[in-house]
This record gives sequence, C-alpha cells and structure tokens, in this order.
Amino acid sequence: MSGDTPRVLIVGAGPAGTRAAETLVAHGVAPVVVDENARSGGQIYRRPPNGFKRPAAALYGFEARKAQAVHAALDGLRERIDYRPDTMIWNIEGGVAQALGPDGIERIAFDALILATGAMDRVIPFPGWTLPGVFTMGGSQVALKAQGCAIGDPVVFMGTGPLLYLVAYQYAHAGARVAAVLDTSHLSQAIPVFPGLLRGGRTFAKGLWYMTWPRTAGIPVRRGITPVAAEGEAALEAVRYLDRRGRKHRITCTGLGIGYSVKSEVQLAELAGCEMAFDPLAQQWLPEADEDGRALKGSVYLAGDGAGVAGADAAEVRGRLAALALLADTGIAADRGLQARQRAKLRRIMRFRDALERAMPTPFHMARTLPDETVICRCEAITAGEIRQGRALDPAEMNRAKAFTRVGMGRCQGRVCGPAAAQILAAARGCGVEEVGRLRGQAPVKPLAIRAGAEAAIEDRARAASI
Amino acid sequence: MSELRTDVVIVGGGLVGCAAALRLRERGASVAVVEKNQLGAAASGVNFGGVRRNGRKLAELPIAARALKVWRRLPELVGSDCEYAITGNIKVARNEADLEQIAAHAEAQGEHGVEVQMLGRNALRDRYPWLGESAVGAAYCASDGQANPRLVGPAFARAARAAGAELIELDGAKHVARDGGGFVVETESGRTLRGGALINSSGAWGARLAARFGERVEIWPMEPQMIVTEPAPYFMVPVLAVVGGDVYARQIPRGNVIFGGRSGTADLDVGFAKVDAEESLTTLARTIDIIPRIADLSVIRFWSGVEGCTPDHLPVLCPSRTTPGLVHAFGFSGHGFCLGPASGAVAAELALDGRTETPIEGFDIGRFSEA
Ligand SMILES: Cc1cc2nc3c(=O)[nH]c(=O)nc-3n(C[C@H](O)[C@H](O)[C@H](O)COP(=O)(O)OP(=O)(O)OC[C@H]3O[C@@H](n4cnc5c(N)ncnc54)[C@H](O)[C@@H]3O)c2cc1C
Repeated sequence: MSGDTPRVLIVGAGPAGTRAAETLVAHGVAPVVVDENARSGGQIYRRPPNGFKRPAAALYGFEARKAQAVHAALDGLRERIDYRPDTMIWNIEGGVAQALGPDGIERIAFDALILATGAMDRVIPFPGWTLPGVFTMGGSQVALKAQGCAIGDPVVFMGTGPLLYLVAYQYAHAGARVAAVLDTSHLSQAIPVFPGLLRGGRTFAKGLWYMTWPRTAGIPVRRGITPVAAEGEAALEAVRYLDRRGRKHRITCTGLGIGYSVKSEVQLAELAGCEMAFDPLAQQWLPEADEDGRALKGSVYLAGDGAGVAGADAAEVRGRLAALALLADTGIAADRGLQARQRAKLRRIMRFRDALERAMPTPFHMARTLPDETVICRCEAITAGEIRQGRALDPAEMNRAKAFTRVGMGRCQGRVCGPAAAQILAAARGCGVEEVGRLRGQAPVKPLAIRAGAEAAIEDRARAASI
Repeated sequence: MSELRTDVVIVGGGLVGCAAALRLRERGASVAVVEKNQLGAAASGVNFGGVRRNGRKLAELPIAARALKVWRRLPELVGSDCEYAITGNIKVARNEADLEQIAAHAEAQGEHGVEVQMLGRNALRDRYPWLGESAVGAAYCASDGQANPRLVGPAFARAARAAGAELIELDGAKHVARDGGGFVVETESGRTLRGGALINSSGAWGARLAARFGERVEIWPMEPQMIVTEPAPYFMVPVLAVVGGDVYARQIPRGNVIFGGRSGTADLDVGFAKVDAEESLTTLARTIDIIPRIADLSVIRFWSGVEGCTPDHLPVLCPSRTTPGLVHAFGFSGHGFCLGPASGAVAAELALDGRTETPIEGFDIGRFSEA
C-alpha cells in the first residue's frame, strides 16, 4: 500500500460505482473511477449525449428521481475523485488495470479494486435473431435514450423479465408504435412466489403497473408464448410465435426487441483472480463474494449487477456495502450503522429479486432444442448443430467446444452466445449446464485497437521468444 | 481401482503422444495414453499453427520431410484436414546482415532437398504489397503451410481411440517407475497402468520425467504469446516470420490475423501459461512495422502456451540412455507442431523396435551430459 490511504480503482460509474465512490470519499478515500461510457449513470440511468433535450421524466419514467440523484452524486464528486469517462479496462494483471482511454493506453495501479461492471442483455437465440431489425432489449433502450430513435415501426418486444414491459412502455411513451408484448413467462409461475413478490413493495407495485399498462393503451400482451422465428428477406418483416396452447401466430413488424432480463458482466472479476461459482438461478458462473461483495481473496470487491443481477436499487446498496467492506479491511473506521441498514435493505431486495426471477423465469431450456441450423454465435456464424458437434471428443466442455467449433471466439468472446451454447452442449451431453463449465476469461475483455496498443508499447522488457 | 496393461504406456497426450498412439495401433501394439489435462490442449492446442521447413535447423529437415508426408495425408489418417493448407512461408529480413544469413541457410537447405527461393526488396514488394518498408528481402518456401492447432491433436486422439488406443485424460501420471521388465504408472486418481515400454511425451514437463530415470536435461519453459485480430479482408496468403523471431503472423481465410513474438509466463507446477499483455503491446508495435495495415484492426484475444526449450533448440527424441524400453519425445523448443505427427511415429517405432528409419541424429538425450 502506498501512502496513507489505499489507491482504489472503481470500474463502472453506474448506480453501484457511484455509491461506492461516494462512500469512499465520505471516509477520506479518493478513488479513480473509470467507465467506458462518456457520461455516468450506467446502463439503467444512461444519460443522453450532451445536447439531447428529452427530460428525465420522459427518459426514466418512475425512476427519474433516482436517476437524477445518481447522476448528481457522481457530478458532485468530480472535484474529489479521479473520474475517467470514455475509458475501457481491457485487462487486469497483478494489481494493474490496463485501460484504453481518450489518450490511449493507461495503466492504473491499485491497492484495492471495486468492480461495478454491471450487466448486459441475456439473449436466447432463435431462428432469425440475427436479421437486421432484431435488437436486444438493452440495444433498444440505447437507441431510444442515447440516439433518440426507435428500432422499427411497428415494434414488437419479446422475452421476459421486468425490462420487457419497461422498454415497451418507454417506446410507446416516446411515440413509437408497439404492436405487441410477447412474454415467455405466465401467471401460473408467479402465483407460488406471490408472497415474495409482495415484499418488493413499491418496486412490485411499479412493476405491476408497467405490466398492466400496455393493455390499457391497447397494446396486446401475450403470456406463456414460445418464440418460433424472426422472418424477413434482407431485414425483419415479421415475428412468429406459439401461444400458450401451441397455436401459431405471426405479427408484422420491422423492429423486434428481445431479451430475458440481464446477465452479469464478470470477465474482469475473473481476470482479477476471483473464484467463480455456478449460480443455478441465473445459470451463470459468478464471482464468489460475501454479502458485502468482498471476494474470497485479494483486495477485490464486487458491487451491483456484476456481482449477480439484483437491479438498480440493490446496486446502490451494494456499492455502499462494497466500499464499507473495503474501508474496514484497510483499517479505516466506517459507519457501522450505515452498514447494518444497507445490509438489511439488501436482504429485502434480494428476497424480492429471487421471487421475481422465479415469477418470470428465463426459459433457458429453449436453447437446448433449437434447430441445428440456428446461428448461436453470430460473430463466428456457428450454428446449434455445430455446437452439438463440439462433442467430438468427450467429455464435452465449453472451452473444448470453443476450440473445436469456434463458438465464442469472435468479437464478443462468448459474452452473448456463451450461455446458450452451454445449454446446447449440456443438452447434447445429457448433463446439467454447470457440468460443461464456462469459457475462460481472456484479455482483452473487449476488442482493443491495435494502433493504440502499439503506441503504448514499452520496448525491451524481456527476450523475444523465437519460433 | 482398475489396472490396465498394454504394450506401451504414453505419458503426455499432446500431438506427439496422440500421434504415437495412433502409430502404435497401426503397428498392432496395444497402448494407453495418460494426459493430465485435456488431450491435445497444451502446446499442441494453442500454438501458432505454422507448419514450416523454412529457416528450420538442418538436423530437423529429415523428420520434417516425414512430417510433411503425414500432414498431406491427414484426411485419410485422421478424418479431417484440420485446416492444413500449403500457403508458403516467407522469412523476412529487416537488414542486409539478416538477409545474408537467411540466404546462406536457404542454400544449405537446398542441398538437403528443400527448395527455398530468395526474394529481393522489389520482388517482395511486388508479391506482397502489404509488407512494410522495413522488409528488405525474404526467403520463400512454397511447400510450407499452416493448420489449425486446436483441431490437430484432438483429431489424432480421436483416430487413435477409434483404432483401439486407451486414452485417459484429466488424470496425470503421478508415479512412474521401472517394474520388472516394463513400467508402472500410477495416476493422480489412483489408476495403475503397466506397459512393456514407456513414451515420455510430456512436453514442457518432459525433463522432470526424464530426471526420474537419472537423465538430466537443461530445459526451460518458453511461453510464446499469441494475438488474434477481428476478421479483416483476406490479404496474407503465406505465413510470415521475421528473422530474430520477434514477429510472426498468418491470416486464415475467414479473415483473422494470428500473430505473436513475445512471451508470457508459466509456472510448470500450476500447469498453464499466463499472458503478459504488456509484452503483447510490444508485439503490436513490431508487427505494425512489418504489416502496417494491421494497425487499423482490433485485437480480440491474447493467449499463451508452454513448451520445453532445450539449449540447442533441438528436441529430445531418442531411446533413454539409462532405461531400456523408455523413449523420450519432448523439448521441441517452440517448433514441434510441424514435426509432431512424425515425432509421434518415430517415438512409436523406437518403443517397438528400438530404432527408426528416420534420421534423428542430434536429438539424443546424451548430448547434454557429454558437454
Ligand atoms: C504458443 C506456442 C506457439 C507455437 N507455435 C508453433 C508453430 O507455429 N509451429 C510449430 O511447429 N510449433 C509451434 N510451437 C511448438 C509446438 O506447439 C510444440 O512443439 C508441440 O505442440 C509439442 O507437442 P507435445 O505433444 O510434445 O507437447 P504438448 O502439446 O505440450 O503435450 C504434452 C502433454 O503432456 C502432458 N503431461 C505433462 N506431464 C504429464 C503427466 N505427468 N501426466 C500426464 N500428462 C502429462 C501435458 O498436459 C501436455 O498435454 C508453439 C508452441 C507454443 C506454446
């Protein structure tokens, strides 16, 4: 540790990163905060580029006040922290984060690391999902919030999770024509977990409001559906699905937003040395951490959706908790009362989240039976059938399937296709998805511009390896 | 646990071990392979993928010639071409001294029947307009090529298994010892394997196994570090290497450029190599000098792998000096992918016959103790 206070790096300036920074500053620790976006707020409270005029109420609906509070919190810290927007951490190696910022490669040495890397869309591919006009739910939101445009006209939203209804609402509210909301979950799944949902209190009430809103606006909502295909010659023309009773339907649309809640962004945690454990509900490998977000080893703390998806309110709480844990571990006296209150709040939210995930479960199983010709890995154009061939040498396992078939080898490094590919491989093997493992995290976590990398090269650190 | 008895036990299921297993089955011998990790996934699975004789040491040319014959027969041998393609190889010089050196080597190779053509600055520019100014000339070998390393070792493993070899993976050899006239191997999980002969094809770990039989080899781990870009329009047909080894690159027809030049780190006790991304930034800078257009691409992945390097950069491929029935096949010093298919076959012959038709002078383990 250098100097009196630890050098803390926070990755992510969404609700979790913001509250973590705020808590550290309140205790006299000035962190470096990096975010690959130009403006703070994260995904959920994404801010439009400067010059855009839509008001917060239009952009964030019920959440406008929270969004503005999170924005204001970071803006208020700017004099006291080292805030670096437009900066992507692409690797973490031995106490140094390697970043690509506006001025090229930067190396940020830290004593402690708070990863508040958030989440990204969870996608379950289906035939036709790679057609132009098909977007993820997050992509649909970015189009609206950061670009001020709709993904098509008319638009259909399909998938499940609270975001499905929220995005539909945001679109309709912004004046887009929404032809239908197609939800793979159905009410019967919500009933057993109803008590848990009620614990959500206001959040639950808002969720219900968003869910019932489309009907009052004359937008059809279909629940318990099964996606069949997105259709079109060169671009999306229609979406086909089966209703609860297995009857076929087709809706004409030029924009289709798909998504099944979100999944944690964990690559940096893995590069930072976190142990990973399989989470059965999220069907994802997550960094292991205690309730406060303290990783099992090293000075790494996890906050927000990057530590397991729990939503924006939980992210604020977990940002504070991670910072408090870090302070305690570095011997800086922290506010015990705050910690106790935040923990209690987090437990409440987590119980609600758990019920919500069960009420609107992601239909992971749908990936298992996709037709052989469905493209799963769009970067490398690898089909379900080819992944099933990835079993060429048993025991089939994700890294082996990647080696044999190229699934997950492209630009996204399996962040999009990995979960579906794991389901397909597990089904082919007839085993649980945790048994096929996970794609090993590798740097750079996102594509790295060669010119920028070359300009930052420090020559002659070691001998060249001759081949 | 079960006990398995075969004519030959192979420790190390890389390309060399799997190729040896297949050859042994062809010869009718029973064989078991123990691999501590996944078959064909160590150096054999993560290497650069160059299959070349250009610039290769003269001592390796005979076995390389044998290897080439196997490479060309891959579809019939293992059921897949493993993306092996004869694309040529250019070894590029950045100054006159380097150029003279490769010209002299090209001439010597010619005497060994390997056709290597020298290209001056203008010829080089004409043929490969994408080369940077720093390239002053090159040696070109048309019969060289490249293959997908991720496929080759496993393809040999599959073929060997189909031919009746017993392949055990994710279970390392823990104790290896003489046992009566043969050998006994105990694995991490408690399996016992007995064999009349033993092949040590355990790659970077080969010297450790040799040491158990009183044979010392100075071998150190090397961890070449690889880089792959997003796909770009296909422009580079031959594999490229630069004298000095600090840049080598190839492009696959789907567009990705794979290149390398510097090293990661490895801990043989942990088992796999770690990337040192700072080193790769240096490779980016060096590669831009040679192939300027890659500056506009993005890297999508770094990786590394570990291989055993000997003092003279030649492999250890020979019968043991201390222990009858023991055969060594390791230490390929960063260029054994090309040789792998033939090295395995040679190891198999040594295990069965105690000799091989393929000249392997210069690969004897005794050369280190004599010095
Ligand atoms: C990054 C990189 C790039 C390269 N590029 C090229 C190239 O372009 N061209 C070229 O010709 N060569 C290249 N090489 C070299 C080439 O990959 C190797 O020479 C070749 O693969 C060696 O094959 P092998 O079977 O001996 O080794 P490996 O593939 O390493 O196999 C050895 C196996 O032994 C196993 N093992 C070790 N100890 C035990 C034990 N106790 N019990 C059980 N199993 C054990 C290991 O797990 C491993 O799988 C490169 C190497 C690397 C690392």
